[in-house]
Amino acid sequence: MSTLITGREYSTVREIAGPLLFVERTTGVAYGEVVKVTTPSGEERTGQVLEVGEGFAVVQVFEGTSGLDVSTTMVKFAGETLKFPVSMDIMGRIFDGSGKPVDGGPEVIPEDEWDIHGAPINPYARAYPSEFIQTGLSSIDGMNTLVRGQKLPLFSGSGLPHNMVAAQIARQAKVPGKEEEFAVVFAAMGITADEARFFREDFEKRGAMDKVVMFVNLADDPAIERLITPRLALTSAEYLAFQYDMHVLVILTDMTNYAEALREISAAREEVPGRRGYPGYMYTDLATIYERAGRIHGRKGSVTQMPILTMPHDDITHPVPDLTGYITEGQIYLERGLHMRGIYPPINVLPSLSRLMNEGIGKGKTREDHRQVADQLYYAYAEGRSLRELVAVIGEEALTERDRQYLDFADRYEREFVNQGPYEDRDIETTLDLGWKLLSSLPEGELKRIDPAYIKKYHPKYRGKPEAGKEA
Amino acid sequence: MSGKLGTIVRIAGPVVTASGMLGAQMYELVMVGEEKLIGEIIRVEGERATIQVYEETSGLKPGGPVERTGKPLSVELGPGIIGQIYDGIQRPLPSARKLVGDFFRRGVAIPPLDREKKWKFTPKVKVGSWVTGGDILGEVPETPLVNHRIMVPPDVEGKVKRIADEGEYRVADEIAVVETPRGDVSLPMYQTWPVRRARPYKRKLPPTTPLITGQRIIDVFFPMAKGGQGSIPGGFGTGKTVMLHTIAQWADANVIVYVGCGERGNEMAEVLERFPKLQDPRSGRPLMERTVLIANTSNMPIAAREASIYTGITICEYFRDMGYDVALQADSTSRWAEALREISGRLEEMPGEEGYPAYLGSRLSEFYERAGRVEVLGSEPRVGSISVVGAVSPPGGDFSEPVTQNTLRIIKVFWGLDKTLAEKRHFPAINWLTSYSLYWENLEEWFRKNVSEEWPELRAKAMELLQREEELQEIVRLVGPDALSDAQRAILEGARMIREDFLMQSAYHPIDSYCSPEKSYHMLRVIIKFYERMKAAVDRGIPIKEIINLPVVEEIARMKLATIQEAVKVCTEIEKHIDEQFEKLYTTVRRVVA
Repeated sequence: MSTLITGREYSTVREIAGPLLFVERTTGVAYGEVVKVTTPSGEERTGQVLEVGEGFAVVQVFEGTSGLDVSTTMVKFAGETLKFPVSMDIMGRIFDGSGKPVDGGPEVIPEDEWDIHGAPINPYARAYPSEFIQTGLSSIDGMNTLVRGQKLPLFSGSGLPHNMVAAQIARQAKVPGKEEEFAVVFAAMGITADEARFFREDFEKRGAMDKVVMFVNLADDPAIERLITPRLALTSAEYLAFQYDMHVLVILTDMTNYAEALREISAAREEVPGRRGYPGYMYTDLATIYERAGRIHGRKGSVTQMPILTMPHDDITHPVPDLTGYITEGQIYLERGLHMRGIYPPINVLPSLSRLMNEGIGKGKTREDHRQVADQLYYAYAEGRSLRELVAVIGEEALTERDRQYLDFADRYEREFVNQGPYEDRDIETTLDLGWKLLSSLPEGELKRIDPAYIKKYHPKYRGKPEAGKEA
Repeated sequence: MSGKLGTIVRIAGPVVTASGMLGAQMYELVMVGEEKLIGEIIRVEGERATIQVYEETSGLKPGGPVERTGKPLSVELGPGIIGQIYDGIQRPLPSARKLVGDFFRRGVAIPPLDREKKWKFTPKVKVGSWVTGGDILGEVPETPLVNHRIMVPPDVEGKVKRIADEGEYRVADEIAVVETPRGDVSLPMYQTWPVRRARPYKRKLPPTTPLITGQRIIDVFFPMAKGGQGSIPGGFGTGKTVMLHTIAQWADANVIVYVGCGERGNEMAEVLERFPKLQDPRSGRPLMERTVLIANTSNMPIAAREASIYTGITICEYFRDMGYDVALQADSTSRWAEALREISGRLEEMPGEEGYPAYLGSRLSEFYERAGRVEVLGSEPRVGSISVVGAVSPPGGDFSEPVTQNTLRIIKVFWGLDKTLAEKRHFPAINWLTSYSLYWENLEEWFRKNVSEEWPELRAKAMELLQREEELQEIVRLVGPDALSDAQRAILEGARMIREDFLMQSAYHPIDSYCSPEKSYHMLRVIIKFYERMKAAVDRGIPIKEIINLPVVEEIARMKLATIQEAVKVCTEIEKHIDEQFEKLYTTVRRVVA
């Protein structure tokens, strides 16, 4: 944070409760102001004013309150809101969860200092996202396309390979046919040292570390710090995107840990809890993070977000995934059942969704048949999956010929379309042709969602490729 | 009153307490701090007042000034509203961008209506005539779609002393002087009105005309009335926003007010991008020429979110008073209720269900009750209406939560969105078994007269088929499709046609996104006809396999893609093919049997 502190210092801490300090006899303290707390042992911590009145202030301490006492703890009000020193030099650097460099490198010399809470983009200034990002994963590109400026979370569960998926996306994401300045901003909240190392090594292995900014709050770091980690990351991302015209992909993991930190603060303040003890304002609070994605008219850069969250007990109705889904522009859903069957990435496309897909696909962007192929694949896979349930009850014998074709389709779809290697980068043509190959196993009359003209043009049977012809 | 200063004593998020506020009124507008942040008084205790601030409060300090204005939070109503995009307290976002840049900053003070722009005014009254509230002084062609009627404000009555000649005027220019018992009143082209007070009207009328939305499942099965109240609850990803956008696009209203209340910024960007390009199906003009947007996205201050639906409905009332049919879409009332909950929590009020304040239900009904079809004020009888459709976002898609339940107690049309349908990509994902419209009885007459006498009968037949399909599906789930007789399979086949070839409608397809009632009627007629022929054929022993492979089935699947102009012809053609192909089927099967 800023090194120039000209504020007022108090030693009048009355009470310490969880992450909160209650300071008495204060004057002239502003709401939201940054606070420097000096522990009895001389260590300095950062906090923020949560509530202020005549003669008192409530301060949340990001690095936790352990070791603080009421008699010797010093509290200094900095006279400004939380800011992060931004600069091009943050590229390639690793910071801790409150923005201090931890890679052994020098302090960053700031070009500017930006308020970490940002400011909402004027909706009128927003450009509607419409540029296709190719992730190289068929289940995303083909079915739930990501576009620049979108916020598309991974809904996962503990033990699922969401980190591998996220790393693969960070590795492969590109806008086909364009060479542009890109960057990855990575914010870790409460993940293990192993997971953090995995990402770091993955970035280093492909020599991309100089395009990455990392903020790392590990599982054993103070929980309250997680409230500022994503905001530091997004402030950096906005700086790179809107000052330096870069296309920034922000990975935030794990948002469930963030929400828990929020709950902890809320409980310490004895607020009326909402669902499962999370505060009633969690929707708004999450929105101040997720809404910091997008494109702006007249500016080149963009901020695309890919938050990762683990659904407790794989429950999509849990408040964290639920409120996230209401704010983000879709979700990519990782399913345990697919993972167990050895499918990677274990993306179940049915509960997945990309709300901005329509704008990013079609003629001139991906391919003219994209929408209809995706719809037909959806329909066929949904049909196959519901038949699977039926088979479990009544056995396969009772099925009609058509039903059996759909059942086979669903199996092949998972094994051939969804399944791919962690280093396999499929372009969109490959993905769509693969889709056609699978669809050609169904009778042509079943392809009701596809324009007959596209069937003539893209169906393997008509494309004159000898091997595709044989298969059909 | 105005100009009096109080002092800030406490700040907690958007809620500020001030002392020295003796005489302050509930809902009085105040300016808080050195930056004059806009706030509203929401509780008065002796000389202390609690204020909800419409902007980010960080940096405010105890001891800072609080300036009273003596006026409640109000909107400006006059030419320049149409086509505009406002925040929750009617600040025009394009001007805000010009003033402070791409990111919204606080303390921005911009008049809602452009003070410089000149409008062509044509007087409609003469000097000496007696006018009362609601009477039309003159007209301004605001856009090719909206003829803005400049009215006498509701509380003014008297003799016209002066009226401006035809010509170009700015909104603040005096265009009339009315001599009243209280003295002369100078009237500019705009009025102001407090957002929390409903604008008066003469009397409420029963709704008798449908609000045609161009969506088959709505117009045919669960119609909305002009002046009606409806609600779309659904979990995330079920298509609430797309549905509201579609209604905003196609509803046959004169003016559309779309309130994006605590939702995504990109969705507002989408409307701004698409609406100027989309054409009104009736006039061929860009839709933006009849649309007003209110955008208070989820990351903008929550107190302004709370105000945004009142700002929206007040604008609606103003256009209703001109004698127009106005439709408001609120996305989403749940976010509005959450704003209410957050502020209530900060006030340390005793919480009701799930932390929502006990007055949630009454606030919701106050809002929805401002909808309706009414005879408006004015000497000449005019009728106007406001139709309100609110999206509800229940946590976890669970409709038993307080916002959904309190909404259901008020509204008459319920379009329940279904996650299973959405996952199958059946859109609009409105569940036909749980949804309802209590307006059907009032509107039946209209459909009989304006579309076809057959309409109610076809509708009943289609709904019955879907109901029976559900019962049969139970059996299939238990014992498999083989257990069904051909007659039962015919029901499944008929219901499938209704679902896939009729109810499914793409909001993005250039032709299919709008379907006129006439096209809907003809399509449904084709399907019911096919089903009845199929049923008769099965009864006569023709195997169902033969029937579902008839080439006409394919034609039926594609009939929704016929344009409005050719739809009647296409459907009549298909009906002819149905007759021909069934006849042929009878002869071939008979030959085989013989």
